[in-house]
Amino acid sequence: MNNRTLVIGVIGADVHAVGNKILYHAFTDAGFEVINLGVMVSQEEFIAAAIESDAAAIVISSLYGQGELDCRGLREKCDEAGLNGILLYIGGNIVIGKQPFDIVEQRFRAMGFDRAFPPGTSPEDGIAMLKQDLHITD
Amino acid sequence: MKPVLLIDFGSTYTKVTAVDVDAPRLLGVASAYTTVETDINDGLSEALRRLEAAVGKLEFSERYAASSAAGGLRMMASGLVPELTAEAARLASLGAGAKVVKTYAFELTEDDVREIVAENPDIFLLVGGTDGGNKQCIINNARMLAAAGGSFPIIIAGNRNAARECERILAGRDTHICENVLPKFGVLNIAPTQQQIRDTFLKNIIRAKGLSRASELVSGILMPTPSAVIRAVELLANGTYTEAGIGELLAVDVGGATTDVYSAAHGNPRRPNTVIRGLAEPFIKRTVEGDIGMRYSVKGIVDAAGIDEVARRSGLTVERAQELVSYLSEHTDALPSDDELERLDEALAGLAVKTAVARHAGRIEETYTMFGLSFVQSGKDLTGVTNLVVTGGSLVHTRHTARIAACALYDAQEPDSLRPEHAKILVDRKYIISAMGLLSGCYPDAALTIMKEELEQDGIGE
Repeated sequence: MNNRTLVIGVIGADVHAVGNKILYHAFTDAGFEVINLGVMVSQEEFIAAAIESDAAAIVISSLYGQGELDCRGLREKCDEAGLNGILLYIGGNIVIGKQPFDIVEQRFRAMGFDRAFPPGTSPEDGIAMLKQDLHITD
Repeated sequence: MKPVLLIDFGSTYTKVTAVDVDAPRLLGVASAYTTVETDINDGLSEALRRLEAAVGKLEFSERYAASSAAGGLRMMASGLVPELTAEAARLASLGAGAKVVKTYAFELTEDDVREIVAENPDIFLLVGGTDGGNKQCIINNARMLAAAGGSFPIIIAGNRNAARECERILAGRDTHICENVLPKFGVLNIAPTQQQIRDTFLKNIIRAKGLSRASELVSGILMPTPSAVIRAVELLANGTYTEAGIGELLAVDVGGATTDVYSAAHGNPRRPNTVIRGLAEPFIKRTVEGDIGMRYSVKGIVDAAGIDEVARRSGLTVERAQELVSYLSEHTDALPSDDELERLDEALAGLAVKTAVARHAGRIEETYTMFGLSFVQSGKDLTGVTNLVVTGGSLVHTRHTARIAACALYDAQEPDSLRPEHAKILVDRKYIISAMGLLSGCYPDAALTIMKEELEQDGIGE
C-alpha cells in the first residue's frame, strides 16, 4: 500500500465539480498522490482505481443528498475486491434534510466508513485526519 | 518509372501489389495460394507470375512485405483490473496488429498458466498496476509464468516500480521492459509497447514461422498485416506534411472468420453535459470480432443478431435461413451462387458490419441529475465521423455495397450507440489498403495519393 495515494471523486449521479477540484488541489499540495475520478463516479470505479494504484484511502464527496444510498455496500465490495482495511472517508451534504450530524456519522460508521465530515468542513481538517489515520508524521 | 512491390503473406493467399512511386499510381495486383508449409516463395513466385502476366515485366527497386501467415501474430496478455490495465494490454496488442488469443485479469492461476504454456503465444504481454501502484499482481504473475516454463518472449509493461523485479524473476527468459501501458489514471501509453511488439515480431517471429526463407526476395518483412492496415488508416485520415488526409474515418473489413474495425478519430463528446467514463481511447483504435465472420464465424452473426433478423433482412423463411447458415458454416468456400444465397449473404454482411461497429463505437446513456439531463459516455463518439471505408469479399463482390456498408451507421432504434450519422462510403475493391500501409513507411505521399485514387466512392449513407 502507498500510504500517500488517495482516490477521490463525487459519487453517484452528482455533478458538483467545484469542491472536487478544490479537494484535488488541497490534497496534492499537502503531499498526497491524488487520483481524481471527477464527478458521477460509481462504486466500482472507485474500487478499480484503488486496486490499480494500491491506494491508502478512498475519499468520497456527495453534495446532492443521495450519498447514503450511493454508498451502501461499498465497504463490503472493497473487502471482496481485496482492499482490506482501506480508509473510507465521506464528506459533503451526505444526507437529506437537517439531521444531527452525530447520528449521520454513526450511520456512515455502521456502513464501514472510517470518517464522515459535515458540510462546511475545511480541506485542512480532512488532511489532518488523513495524516493521523495513515500515520504520516511530517 | 520506379516500381515498388508490396507483398502480403496472408493465411490463405499471398497478395502482391505493384505501384509506381515516381508518378504515384497502382500498376497491378495479383494473388496466389500461400505455401508456408513447403516454401513460402512458391506462393510468392506464382503471385508474381500472375502479376507479370497482367501488367508485363517490372524491375522492382524495392520490395516490402507484411505477414499474417501461420496464424498471424498471436498474443496473450495479463493485467490487473479487467476494465483498466487488462483492457489497456488488449488495446496495445490489437493496435500492434496482433491476434489476441486471451487476456487475463487479476492474479494468474495455475490453470491459467497451464493454458498459456499450451497455447504458446508468439508474445506474452505482462502488465498491471499504475506507476507507483499495485505491484503484487504483476510480480505474482511473473512468478507464475517463470514457474510454468515455456520459451515465448515476454514484454513487461506494467507498474515501473515492479519492472526490474519481474525481469529478475523471469531471468533466463526473453524479456523486454517497456513503459507502463497505464502510467496513471486517464493516461493510456501504448505506443512504446507497440514498438516493442513490432521489434520482437521482426527479430523472433518471422524466423519461427518459416517466413525468413522469403527474405532474400524481399527488402524486409516489416510488420504484421493488421499493423499495415492501421498505418494506412492513419495516413488516409491525417495526411502527410504536403498533402491533407480525408479526415476522421471508420474502416470495416468483413472477413470469413473475423470482422476488423478501425477508427481514426478522437471520439470526444459532441453534446454538452457529457461525462466520460472508462479508459482513455487511442486515436487509432482497432477491434477484432472473433465471433463475427461470413463463413467460419457465420453462426456468431446469427447469435448476435438473432435468426429472425437474418430472415427478415434476407426475405427468407426462418427455417430456410437457418438451413443455409448451417450450410455456409460447413462449406466455408461457398460463394453466393444463387439468388437465395446472395440475399442471405447480403443480410449477414450487413449484420456483421452493424454488430462489429456497434461493439467498436462508444455508447451514451442519459442520466437525470439535480441540474437536469446529463449524459454518460463510454468509448468513442463517432457520430461526427463522415468517412466509412469498407472492404472484404461480401462488400466488394456485390451490387449492394452501399446498402450493406450503411449498416455501420447510426440507427434511431439504438440511439445509445455512437455510430456515424452519415458518411461517404469508400470501397477498397482491390484490397490495396494494407499494401499502402507498407508503402507509407518510405513513400507516404505516394501511398496517400494512390489510396485517394483507388478507394472508390459508393454513395453516401444516411
